[in-house]
Amino acid sequence: MSEYIDGFADANTVGIVEKQSFTFANSGEPLLLESGQLLAPVTLAFETYGRLTPARDNAILICHALTGDAHVAGYHDPAKGGSGKPGWWELMVGPGKPIDTDRYFVICSNALGSCMGSTGPASEKPDGSGLYGLDFPVVTIGDMVKAQRELIGHLGIPRLLAVVGGSMGGMQVLDWSCRYPEMVYAAIPLATTARHSALNIAFHEVARQAIMADPNWNRGRYTDSSKPGTGLAVARMVGHITYLSDEAMRRKFGRRLQDRDAFSFDFDLDLPDFQVESYLRYQGRKFVERFDANSFLYITKAADYFDLAAQHGQGSLAGAMSQAQARFLVISFSSDWLYPTYRSRELVQAMKKAGRDVSFMEIDADFGHDAFLLQNERLSALIANFLDHSQAKLRMEAGHAV
Amino acid sequence: MRFDLQQIASWIPQGASVLDLGCGSGELLAHLQAHKGVRGQGIEHGEDKVAQCIGRGLSVIQGDINTEILDYPDGRFDVVVLSQTLQQVYKPAILLKEMLRVGRRGVVSFPNFSHWRIRMQLLLSGQAPRTSELPYEWWNTPNIRVITLKDFRAFCKAHALPILEEAALDTDYRRQDGHVLSLWKSWRARYGIFLLGAR
Repeated sequence: MSEYIDGFADANTVGIVEKQSFTFANSGEPLLLESGQLLAPVTLAFETYGRLTPARDNAILICHALTGDAHVAGYHDPAKGGSGKPGWWELMVGPGKPIDTDRYFVICSNALGSCMGSTGPASEKPDGSGLYGLDFPVVTIGDMVKAQRELIGHLGIPRLLAVVGGSMGGMQVLDWSCRYPEMVYAAIPLATTARHSALNIAFHEVARQAIMADPNWNRGRYTDSSKPGTGLAVARMVGHITYLSDEAMRRKFGRRLQDRDAFSFDFDLDLPDFQVESYLRYQGRKFVERFDANSFLYITKAADYFDLAAQHGQGSLAGAMSQAQARFLVISFSSDWLYPTYRSRELVQAMKKAGRDVSFMEIDADFGHDAFLLQNERLSALIANFLDHSQAKLRMEAGHAV
Repeated sequence: MRFDLQQIASWIPQGASVLDLGCGSGELLAHLQAHKGVRGQGIEHGEDKVAQCIGRGLSVIQGDINTEILDYPDGRFDVVVLSQTLQQVYKPAILLKEMLRVGRRGVVSFPNFSHWRIRMQLLLSGQAPRTSELPYEWWNTPNIRVITLKDFRAFCKAHALPILEEAALDTDYRRQDGHVLSLWKSWRARYGIFLLGAR
């Protein structure tokens, strides 16, 4: 193991990790979905880092964003086909890092409906008649959380010290704290919202239409050799624009040209004029290699359907938050125009009305929605401190003070 | 802890729930949490100060006290504190009424503008006074108004805000020691602290 770790630039890493897999509803009860449909069996891909204490009081669940996966930290073994790339929140998770794997037992599972090892439209149907495709039932954020709940039970964890996540992960954090209040001691929803606005749904719809307009999509029945790559790439480009900010894009690209000194005065698909065009095409291409088009449809739909107030508070956000028990740390980013600060403030307002213990901060950062994934001293310190105090509080309340 | 905050803390019962408006870096709340088992909530505008509060394990919301207070239900807190901030509030009557709506008691403290040094400065120099408590020039001060003990008593009377206790403090700026005055308060007090609430 260590021979690989030596090769990594950052010594504070959990090192080589393995993707694991958990299947439930194999023979027993199927998972009842919010749509009323049943799903069985259900597999979740997941990773864990650090160790569970004997008191089982140090578990932190991390929920990934839209197209993320369970690989939060460390590296997959290059000898076993690992990419050598660190997990998506390597900055945040590891020994001595804000979510300190020397202290906490960290779990991340891939969302239900995704294509990174969990059951979704790209999975084989149980009856052996091929892939699910559009036969896969529509899943919701709540369904994803219910599936995660099975995993947490399977891991023998009675209560999570914290549930942490940004964007769609933040929606799951909120759903967790209302759905299973007794299981969530602390919650950190980052750069998120209690429900999608028309603008959010509009962007997702454009992305879905891009996929469905691709002739290769073929109502969800495509093969590896004929997948709707163009549509999926365009969908990703739309997403990427919403994750950045005007200022971040101006700084990163401006109006600079890509590998040329003058405009081409054509529509060359291989050689675009502007750097930003080149960047988006690259992001689109890269995404097609790793993500399934149908999964993208399902997951964006889940985010669009999410409505915390309707689901848990009969239309009242304060009503929903009165179901929760967790102590909350809500964080927004000043340049996030996908889920702007006022959306987080709505959440905080509801938490205050419901008498929740809540902290809130808007972090000044000009990277747009993606800020929560990037290096940020302030974010790191807030999360580290909040988790530290939450653990101390939990242990004090549990009567075995540290 | 600063002497004025010690005085405020002495008025807050064990185990109370406390809202601190403009809590700064959380000095008072941290003290109350550690020594009085208080369940505290802070509101603070400055990002750095909010971060310091969270670093101390306090619950704090970044925002404007005038609007943040509106979200709380009636009687949510035992005590609501407005320490050294009144001089920066645009609509004090509204804020104080809100304090006594969401809390059973309110604590208000401010630098006393009728201290003899201030009176002398104005009398002798003819310029807007500057003191260690109100250290700004007229053109760069965040303090939009200056208040004397007498002014505040009259204000409370006019707005039907019952004063339960009052302490006039002589303490050096940000020092931990000082004393509560009983004589010549209007002239000698650097700070006034008032406990408001229904009798």
